[in-house]
Amino acid sequence: METDSVRPSGAGTSQRSPVIEARKLDLTFQTNDGAVQALRDVNLTINKGDFVSFIGPSGCGKTTFLRVVAALEHPTGGQITVNGMSPDEARRKRAYGYVFQAAGLYPWRTIAKNIKLPLEIMGYSRAQQDEQVARVLKLVDLEGFGAKYPWQLSGGMQQRASIARALAFDAEILLMDEPFGALDEIVRDHLNEQLLALWDRTGKTIGFVTHSIPEAVYLSTKIVVMSPRPGRITDVIESTLPRERPLDIRDTPEFLAIAHRVREGLRAGHAYDD
Amino acid sequence: MKTAFPVLVVLAAIVALWYAAVAPMNIRTALDQAERAGAAVEPAGARERLEVSVWRLMIDNPDHVSEGYALDRPRLPTPVQVGEELWKTTGEMVLKGRAMSKRSLIYHASITLQSTLWGFLLGTTLGILGAVAIVHSRVMDMSVMPWAIISQTIPIVALAPMIIVLSAQLGIEGRGVPKAIISAYLCYFPVLVGMVKGLRAPTASQLDLLRTYNASQRETFFKLRLPASLPYLFTSLKIGIASALVGTIVGELPTGAISGLGARILIGDQFGTPLAIWAALLAAAILAGVLVTLLDILQRVTLKRMGMPT
Repeated sequence: METDSVRPSGAGTSQRSPVIEARKLDLTFQTNDGAVQALRDVNLTINKGDFVSFIGPSGCGKTTFLRVVAALEHPTGGQITVNGMSPDEARRKRAYGYVFQAAGLYPWRTIAKNIKLPLEIMGYSRAQQDEQVARVLKLVDLEGFGAKYPWQLSGGMQQRASIARALAFDAEILLMDEPFGALDEIVRDHLNEQLLALWDRTGKTIGFVTHSIPEAVYLSTKIVVMSPRPGRITDVIESTLPRERPLDIRDTPEFLAIAHRVREGLRAGHAYDD
Repeated sequence: MKTAFPVLVVLAAIVALWYAAVAPMNIRTALDQAERAGAAVEPAGARERLEVSVWRLMIDNPDHVSEGYALDRPRLPTPVQVGEELWKTTGEMVLKGRAMSKRSLIYHASITLQSTLWGFLLGTTLGILGAVAIVHSRVMDMSVMPWAIISQTIPIVALAPMIIVLSAQLGIEGRGVPKAIISAYLCYFPVLVGMVKGLRAPTASQLDLLRTYNASQRETFFKLRLPASLPYLFTSLKIGIASALVGTIVGELPTGAISGLGARILIGDQFGTPLAIWAALLAAAILAGVLVTLLDILQRVTLKRMGMPT
């Protein structure tokens, strides 16, 4: 695995300072059918360099939590800080990149121009833009595709381009909302491997929402199991797997034990009762 | 070239239907003319023939049916007659160096085109500005949109004379301005509706993405909403320019205008020269076709340059 010489590796930095801290977080949506409690009493600490997966059925609040971190939703109770600031302040400081389930690349922009989108808005110079684009295209293995339009790329490549876009402005936190949900199993495996390598190289803190138990266990240093109605955390599992994870680690007893505990956690929350 | 065949089949069917319709439409005029020329016609007398259906007349006078295809003032001229009339009032005038004479359809078409383009410009501008306001303001959405819809339920033929009277009251000379206003009135609506839809085309996650960049409303508009709306805009522009042309012609009809394609249609009606009406109609259709095609080419070029698959 090649190392990125420019950026310090996250693996080495041992100071495990908290990056995201949620205390007694509540969020209630007012809908036409009455109030819906999307999050209740959520307490969670995410440290620098963590890879945290959020797993649970639809309506468990995993996406909502990520959106609260990103200041796309605002909690109705409790506190949350990102790098010691409110999420809104953190956004202004460009603390995070967000990857949505749909790649959401602009069809009228080339891949390179898509990656430049946040850089244009954030006022990077042309030279800086080109430099960043070259760097992140390399990170996601899309060198040479900068001049292509999104429709000329496969779904997996498009999603990698959208990850590159989120990485372009050097945010320390990467928030990913089911980024590989719409892709097939084989592509997904491949992207999971690449994402781990990228995380290892860049030392980013990653929040990752998923439906898939194997995906969560394979990727994470910390797995947050959630359950719905109201959305809450039922278990937080610190992974004992090593940082170096070949795909066949998924057949080891250790992996299966963690997966089992996740499944138990989901069951305990009556997550799949209905 | 595979598409040429169905296109030609449809064209042939239209022409065939047209030719078939000429016989019943013109049989009375043909029989009147034949009777005046001394031929025996069944039944005799124009008044008596009004009691009989055209089908009966055709069956009883088979020899005179073909004369319906060569009348001077046919109720329904044949495509060839219309084509000849069109040539006489366009190409032939050009050859004579009188393209801009008052008898030339090129002159009349240019008058109509001018008002159409002004109306199109005005209508498109209003439509786009209205759409921008509606998309950005809920108040505008609720206050302007209903009126925009109501405005389209008023028949333009009822409104056109009022606009002309009003603009005369305001001291506006000539018919160009009121015609352009009527044209814009018809044209802004499809542009407004299409642009509202286009500016709202970005998905929630595309908008959220820009929020995570802390993008301003202005940046959201220019980097996302506007480019996303372009395919919708072009579709609306094509409908809009056709509406603008119709608006101009309607504006020329009830106003006693003496130039413009609408005026030609009116004059043809008043002087009982259906050929002139048909030639003007065909000229209007060709003009609309050319305008829409130009916009279509502009659309293809623009979207291609934007890298979007068309």
